[in-house]
Amino acid sequence: MNTITRFLKSLLLLELAKGAAVTLRYFFQPKFTVHYPEEKTPKSNRFRGLHALRRYPNGEERCIACKLCEAVCPALAITIDSTQREDGTRRTTRYEIDLFKCIFCGLCEESCPVDSIVLTDVAEYYFEDPSEQTMTKDKLLAVGDRYEESIAANRRQDAAYR
Amino acid sequence: MSETLWDQLIYIVILLLKIVAVVVPLILTVAYYTYMERKVIGYMQLRRGPNRIGPAGLFQPFADVLKLLLKEIVLPANANKFLFVLAPVLSLAPAFAAWVVIPFNDWMVIADIDAGLLYLLAMSSIGVYGLIIAGWASNSKYAFLGSIRSCAQMVSYEIAMGFALVGVLILSGSLNLTEIVLAQQGGLLDWFWLPLLPLFVVYIISGLAETNRAPFDVAEGESEIVAGFHVEYAGAAFAVFFLAEYANMILISALTAILFAGGWLSPFEGLWLVGDTFLGQGSIFWFLLKTVFFMYLFLWWRATYPRYRYDQIMRLGWKVFVPITMGWVLVAAVFSVFGLVVRGS
Repeated sequence: MNTITRFLKSLLLLELAKGAAVTLRYFFQPKFTVHYPEEKTPKSNRFRGLHALRRYPNGEERCIACKLCEAVCPALAITIDSTQREDGTRRTTRYEIDLFKCIFCGLCEESCPVDSIVLTDVAEYYFEDPSEQTMTKDKLLAVGDRYEESIAANRRQDAAYR
Repeated sequence: MSETLWDQLIYIVILLLKIVAVVVPLILTVAYYTYMERKVIGYMQLRRGPNRIGPAGLFQPFADVLKLLLKEIVLPANANKFLFVLAPVLSLAPAFAAWVVIPFNDWMVIADIDAGLLYLLAMSSIGVYGLIIAGWASNSKYAFLGSIRSCAQMVSYEIAMGFALVGVLILSGSLNLTEIVLAQQGGLLDWFWLPLLPLFVVYIISGLAETNRAPFDVAEGESEIVAGFHVEYAGAAFAVFFLAEYANMILISALTAILFAGGWLSPFEGLWLVGDTFLGQGSIFWFLLKTVFFMYLFLWWRATYPRYRYDQIMRLGWKVFVPITMGWVLVAAVFSVFGLVVRGS
């Protein structure tokens, strides 16, 4: 009896029809695809993208060359030289991040006592020349200036959990 | 004397124009069939398919063709150069030549010959040679394996396919495709798919196997033998194979529409509701609609079923399809003798 039902089932292509019904149903369902450059998926406020150095509202750079980020960086991507500025504060003369070494773990941001080095939510950037991999201090500060608004907004949202 | 020569010249020119009128839309259809395939399979996988080049990706086929034509044709070392170049042509030519006897409606057909169905069987058999020669001439084990597989598969399924056509012959009493369509005169229920339902199913499935399409695409078998018989082909030569495969699929769809689904006849014929309006009359529109429907089935099933194992393909062809078709040919004969199916009512 079992053999006969199995024989009839396979002969009438019942299971194949069932499979075809599934694909036909999916044919009419709304699609998941996001049209990337025009549409973008929402990003978390903890997104770890391109690095930036922030400034205080009065324009003074935050970084005090404590070198905690350099020490904590597991990929040894950060290089810092520092000196004493005329006003007696300690400042960096060189602050470089090698983007090819960086693993975007975010430990530099966590270690920073003055919220200077941060990871922005910028994920769309490129180099036209391999030498551009190194983010110099000027570039990092420029990124910070450009995206300060979104950086500050993301930090505010996350403040309660820090 | 000069007048007859002039007449012959005109005849030849008109014939050539007719051929161009069939082949050019056919090539365009092939181009857009690839687009349709990517769209349909994409939609079934909840993707959108190509949509970047032109509005809704409509220029994608031309971009693909341009890419293929700009690529280099690589001749493998130790390949038989003559056969290597000949193989794509051999697989493409029959796929196009078969369209000569296809009736688009009651008068649109290039050659209204009486042995049309036989001619079609011959043409579809010649198509195998292109694959076999391609596999052999490439001097590559993957290509050779693919061609052996497709050779055995196509020979096996040709038998079931032939028997399915015998059923159509018995009911229509003619080898002429136009007359086969006219024998199905009447509405949806008068077409041959109903009295010949098992043969109809077997024919479509054998058509899948004949054209080496999923789930019978072991000749290509991307996951096992890379791309089968056309691994060594690139650029324009590969494009020709591609063209042949899709032209064959469209041909099988058109044939299914003609032999089992009433060709250009309207499904609503004889219905008082539509009467004698456009919907009730047979026209090329219905033929194209049915062909596109069967073309869609090819893609639908490709998106649904996993590839058959090789021994399963052989088992299905020989132990299932051949007995079913032979049995139903007898049933069709009984239908015909006792007049249970009225011819061209």
